[in-house]
Amino acid sequence: MTRTEPNRSSKSDSENSGGGGGGTTAMRVIVPLQGVVQGRGGLFLGSVIPCAFFYFLQFYLKRNRKNEPDSGEPSPDSDPSSGSPDPTRSQSVGNLTELASLPRSLSRILLSPRLSGGAVSVSGRAGCVIKGGDSPYHVGQKRVEEDPYDESGNPDGVIELGSAHNTKMDWVSEDPGEAISDGLCMSGIASYEPCHGLIELKTAVAGFMSEATKNSVSFDPTQLVLTSGAASAIEILSFCLADSGNAFLVPTPCSPGYDRDVKWRTGVDLIHVPCRSADNFNISMLVLDRAFYQAKKRGVRIRGVIISNPWNPTGTLLSRENLYALLDFARERNIHIISNEVFAGSVHDEGGEFVSMAEVVDTEENVDRERVHIIYDLSKDLSFPGLRTAAIYSFNESVLSASRKLTTLSPVSSPTQHLLISAISSPKFVQRFVKTNRERLMRVYAELVKALKELGIECTRSSGGFFCWVDMRGFMSSYSEKGEIELWNKLLNIGKINVIPGSCCHCIEPGWFRLCFSNLSERDVPVVMNRIRKVCETCKSQN
Amino acid sequence: MRLIVPLQGVVQGRGGLFVGSLIPCCLFYFLQLYLKRRRSPPPPDSDSTELPRTSSRSSLFTRGNSIGRVRVSSRAAPLAKPPDSPYYIGLDRVKTDPYHRVTNRDGIIQLGLAESTLCFDLLQRWMSENLMESLMMQSDVDGGFDVSSIAMYQPFEGLLEVRVAFADFMSRIMGGNVSFDPSNMVITAGGTPAVEVLAFCLADHGNAFLIPSPYYPGFDRDIKFRTGVELIPVHCRSSDNFTVTVSALEQALSQARKRGSKVSGILFSNPSNPVGNILSRETLHAILSFAQEKNIHVISDEIFAGSVYGDKEFVSMAEVAASGDFDKSRVHIIYGLSKDLSLPGFRTGVIYSFHEDVVSAAKKLMRFCSMPVPVQRILISLLSDTRFIEEYMAAHRQRIRDKHFLFVEGLKQLGIPCAESGGGLYCWVDMSSLLTSYSEKGELELFEKLLSVAKINATPGTACYCIEPGWFRCCFTALADEDIPVIMERIKLLAESSTS
Repeated sequence: MTRTEPNRSSKSDSENSGGGGGGTTAMRVIVPLQGVVQGRGGLFLGSVIPCAFFYFLQFYLKRNRKNEPDSGEPSPDSDPSSGSPDPTRSQSVGNLTELASLPRSLSRILLSPRLSGGAVSVSGRAGCVIKGGDSPYHVGQKRVEEDPYDESGNPDGVIELGSAHNTKMDWVSEDPGEAISDGLCMSGIASYEPCHGLIELKTAVAGFMSEATKNSVSFDPTQLVLTSGAASAIEILSFCLADSGNAFLVPTPCSPGYDRDVKWRTGVDLIHVPCRSADNFNISMLVLDRAFYQAKKRGVRIRGVIISNPWNPTGTLLSRENLYALLDFARERNIHIISNEVFAGSVHDEGGEFVSMAEVVDTEENVDRERVHIIYDLSKDLSFPGLRTAAIYSFNESVLSASRKLTTLSPVSSPTQHLLISAISSPKFVQRFVKTNRERLMRVYAELVKALKELGIECTRSSGGFFCWVDMRGFMSSYSEKGEIELWNKLLNIGKINVIPGSCCHCIEPGWFRLCFSNLSERDVPVVMNRIRKVCETCKSQN
Repeated sequence: MRLIVPLQGVVQGRGGLFVGSLIPCCLFYFLQLYLKRRRSPPPPDSDSTELPRTSSRSSLFTRGNSIGRVRVSSRAAPLAKPPDSPYYIGLDRVKTDPYHRVTNRDGIIQLGLAESTLCFDLLQRWMSENLMESLMMQSDVDGGFDVSSIAMYQPFEGLLEVRVAFADFMSRIMGGNVSFDPSNMVITAGGTPAVEVLAFCLADHGNAFLIPSPYYPGFDRDIKFRTGVELIPVHCRSSDNFTVTVSALEQALSQARKRGSKVSGILFSNPSNPVGNILSRETLHAILSFAQEKNIHVISDEIFAGSVYGDKEFVSMAEVAASGDFDKSRVHIIYGLSKDLSLPGFRTGVIYSFHEDVVSAAKKLMRFCSMPVPVQRILISLLSDTRFIEEYMAAHRQRIRDKHFLFVEGLKQLGIPCAESGGGLYCWVDMSSLLTSYSEKGELELFEKLLSVAKINATPGTACYCIEPGWFRCCFTALADEDIPVIMERIKLLAESSTS
């Protein structure tokens, strides 16, 4: 009944407008109103038509929403992330079903707290955080935690090639007693001390950073602010440089952590600027520029660009020319540069020259220096992630003083500070440490690349960092993100190795994987290769 | 039907096309004219009006001398400026000229920072005996030092052992009537991040917490800074010994709702900071049932739970929540070791929540403020050493009690009363007799005089949003016995100079 009515009315309306004399097509829009005005029974039609529209709109919305409660309802009692699997994806194993719920993350959060009736709800942004960790990155990590590989204890376990930590170094075990007892006397560790770092520690860190950059530039300790980990360093910088709703440009593939570090609490957005394998994943200023203008057109304010050097995940180093071009770009657009140099001390390629952004701006005027902010991570280069100490190095006094106050929210504890002071104050130790670290990384990397090549797998040339960027496009069943996740799933479930798929790094081309070798010993390399070979063979037989 | 007259004109074609377009244009023109007239007064004296627009001034300032300078975000700009709360001003001033019994007898005495040095001797002894052992976890295989036990990435929310140790410790100091579940617990790098993370999880930007005032002046920074959550003070008065009442909460809530702000929870500290009084079981019951009725969260900051020295029994909100009459999931507790174990340098905080989603969100946010693993190792052995803990807690309480008695007695002799208190490292002093005028201005004047003439840094009540002027928070646990006469002498001199 209701369905026929609009038809009829539209017919009679067109007649009306034809009779009205002034009838043009544009006037059809206001036909219902005409009906009302002219009073020829139009009062009825004029009110029925909008009502019918509204009814259909509601009907349409209701139908579209119906799917969500269906999959969301089981969540309160069971694990919310493993909602009912989609029948089309049922061929995929356990983890993939977890991923299936990914795209709908936002609306699901809103539903789930409400489902529990009168219970008190958490904030909407906390909901985003809760659901935030379902990417392959986290699924893989969880698997490793459940079933970690051990050469003798659990030879069938999952080998961790996903997270970038380093087990190459055992510096603390050389003279742990001395290092720690020197640092930890009661008066030193118990009282309130500046959260952003004691000046002794800052001096030591500045010295360590200079050593890591081969003394090409000296760092001023007063420009350092220490925080508990690189994640909070990035968060604090995002907070200080951009307001909620602003954005940073990030050339991709980028570190998978940025999504959490930058976006979660600061409300700052990331705009990914894709780099391609054809350019060897180098940043092109042209693309950067285009992204800037596109964002501007959409009304998004860009406050800076985040780069990492050595590049995470490809391991390449940015050349001096590249850095100058970036600086010019930032100057022209009047934006900031956040240079993430957490792997500066882990440059393992003898031919590669690492140039710190600090060195590039050293000779520049103040105006330009103030836009450069560097992040450095002590726990990465010291192979001591449990220490959770990172540093912000900035030339901008406002940023420094704001960051110092914000460090009360992510402080470095005094025992840690004293431990670090005694560990890295000796220049001789630092020199030897950096050198050995480099040599060990170099050996494993060479071994790994050689073995991969034997399997017919290429990777981009990595000069720094703990990882290489592996091209497995040939083994995907389909050249798409779905194919990539399938291959990743096979690597995890059949090969039992955890790597990071390119989609986590927002790589625009499917089929690339980040493989961390820093926690492998040379003995482990053949084991890994055997497992990869197994996966490759299953892929080939399927194709 | 008059509203659609222009359209009627268009439709009926009777020259209406002209009228139909003219009328909206005219309306728009008049609107613009109206707006313009209303805005016109400012321009003539634009120089003087630049002041009130603080946010734009900061951006002008950074642009200042050269056009090409890059700006920081407008939310960071106020942070970069020097602080304006007397709490932080006082703390900064002490740093420039700290009192020392021998080397700087004229320096400023710190009564503004709640830290305790009373039991350093005990901690010192424990550390020298056990520190190395606790840090160097003996490896099972060869008995040597296993670096991976402290060096590797560990769960951000804290090792299970440390959470178990905390659960035991907390239930011990909270009277043993309540047990804590380690899986509801998240270990943070300090009480400050714990508060911030909870605020982030429970309230959205622009929402508010009710908070009985006077309250700890640091909350302003810790909570409002980044989360954008507002704090609405619920004023308590000296006639109730600054204890919050449900009717005051009710009133504040309905006022807030009238103004359109959404209240997500109630935040309070117990033992209260800065007054030092302890909330009774009945009060906690009343607060929780109020929260249940209004469907809001309850955050109880119990960081001074182990520093109770009075006769009054301390009751944790966890105990009330577990009594079964309530929906537990709205209760969240903050704890830390900075005060009760006098280890502020360790930056140890705990979030204990009965809400599953809060726990899981907080765990993920710990990537920004997790506790370093070496510190966790030390704490595991420290907290599991029950003999030491028993000895320490007894000494801690006794020594605060003694010091409190000395300090309050000294003030009493000067004719300065204190509020009744039973916990915390401070007392809440009524200096209204020293005020030149009974107002906020008079109080800040006295604060300034205390700081520059008497050289004492005490936190004035205005920093804590106390509505009655003349109250000051004085922390006494970092003082030696012989410092107390010095302070009393200084206050006496000040009182004499102001009366004469």
